[in-house]
Amino acid sequence: MVGRWVRRHPVGALSALVLAGILAASAFAALVSPHDPYAQDYDALMRPPGGRYALGTDYLGRDVLSRTLYGGRMSLFISLAAIAAGTVAGTIIGLLSGFYGGWFDGIVQRVMDVMMALPSIILALALMAVLGPRTENVILAIATIIVPSLSRIVRGTVLQLRERQFVEAATALGASDARVLSRHVLPNTLAPIIVVATNALAGAILIEASLGFLGLGTQLPVPSWGNMLSEEARRYFEQAPWMALPPGIALSLTVLAVNFLGDALRDTMDPRLRRVHS
Amino acid sequence: MRPFLVRRLILGLAAVLGLSVLAFGLIRIIPGDAVMAQLAESGNVADLTAARAQLGLDRPFAVQYVAWLGGVVRGDLGTSFWSKRPVMQDLLAALPVSVELAVLAMVLSMLISLPLGAAAAARRGGAMDVGARLLSFSGLSVPHFWIATLVLLYGSIWFRWVPPLGYVSPRVSFGQNLEQFFIPAAILGVHLSARSLRLVRSSLLEALQEDYIRTAWAKGLPGARVLWGHALRNALIPILTILGSQFTYLLSGSVILEDIFSLSGIGRYVVEAITHRDYPAVQGAILFTGLVVVGVNLVIDLTYAWIDPRIRYQ
Repeated sequence: MVGRWVRRHPVGALSALVLAGILAASAFAALVSPHDPYAQDYDALMRPPGGRYALGTDYLGRDVLSRTLYGGRMSLFISLAAIAAGTVAGTIIGLLSGFYGGWFDGIVQRVMDVMMALPSIILALALMAVLGPRTENVILAIATIIVPSLSRIVRGTVLQLRERQFVEAATALGASDARVLSRHVLPNTLAPIIVVATNALAGAILIEASLGFLGLGTQLPVPSWGNMLSEEARRYFEQAPWMALPPGIALSLTVLAVNFLGDALRDTMDPRLRRVHS
Repeated sequence: MRPFLVRRLILGLAAVLGLSVLAFGLIRIIPGDAVMAQLAESGNVADLTAARAQLGLDRPFAVQYVAWLGGVVRGDLGTSFWSKRPVMQDLLAALPVSVELAVLAMVLSMLISLPLGAAAAARRGGAMDVGARLLSFSGLSVPHFWIATLVLLYGSIWFRWVPPLGYVSPRVSFGQNLEQFFIPAAILGVHLSARSLRLVRSSLLEALQEDYIRTAWAKGLPGARVLWGHALRNALIPILTILGSQFTYLLSGSVILEDIFSLSGIGRYVVEAITHRDYPAVQGAILFTGLVVVGVNLVIDLTYAWIDPRIRYQ
């Protein structure tokens, strides 16, 4: 089954491979980094790539390659944690909202309307302003902004499922609401959840980087792909342009792989879309 | 049309009320004293008791909210801690900058995505289609703020070019205004065309499968006539709605580009308000942004219902 999927979606398979590589390099940053990402070498400030420092050093003489690897660990950890939290919250809200309907659904939908009325970067910025720039707050802010779109998708799917006979049958057999939801409804919503969560992951990585770029995400000296491009670093770009490339390339490659993978997954899981989009 | 209009208006009004609660409640979720502590730290408020009274933090929540809402209804969003000017006045000054950037970016994006999307749909699976697909995936994935950083960096290294500081109105100097806006608008335009390109392609492909297209072919019309005259015209409806949502996104979502190119639009105002911990400005800007988004969405919905009567009865 995997073999056939790979043959049908060579780009998707390649993206999965690239993504696995990036994830592994980030997760094992401590093992694969040639240097300590915090060690400052004052004899090698803004040294161009080559020699002892393969991708050069930054304005404090820190190894750019090691910081990119550790930066990926931070950026991807935050994005994945945010997606996990946001997906769980969005799924629970969508399930309850779609299954019970009524006033609860009405209130939840209005709240989601309000959240969707603001561009996600503005909502994230406002949350960061209130919460303060700490790692767990970045996760919370990104998780919050993906809840509306996820809960909408889940709610829509549940509304359709609720009318199906197998749900009716389970209810008629005397199954509790909790059982109907977890055993009969939830498994049937997994395909759209995976597709939406993959798309949201691409967005989460970019939002995390944007916050870092504006200096409101992960705080220096802890590296992240976003803050390696922040104001403090940008001041030195003209003297050391090599500092600007690695975090941007890493970001682009990761998001590109996530997008291609998401596209292949949607193709596999939602055959109705195949006619027009493939 | 009338019941639809009424329903939409009520929903829009509910969203605006919710937004006001969000904008107002956000800075009060954490205990008031934490806000004050951060304000004291930032050092731009001398008299904390006065600031507290100005924000109304010494009164009960509901009283504060009603008082604030009363001001909002009269167009008074409070006074900024930082600029010492009314927030409304600051926002109205920032609006034309964001609107100009958004409109330019959208025009450029359409100039790219309409011909390219049509070419991709005309020869499905051909070289143009593959190229367009690659372009749109890269546009979606490569962060536009990184591209902007590189453009500024290499513009300065290779051509000694730096973007002009301070906003120049097109009425003062059209050339200088264009120099300011063209590059950020081009970067945003390419970024936007990634999404609209795929939409143009898929809605054209859908339209090309309709019966009236077969009729057009059967009449012996030339390919270009069928594609541009018959198919594109009907594919335009979903494209127009996307334009609306792009506009609301750009109005404040181009935060980073405004920041990099020092264009003082709405997005930059929000970032500055946040970095200065200028809470009246933050809450005012959030409400203002939300109001514009709700308003534009309402107009889009109504236009859509007017174009396609089936929507009114859903």
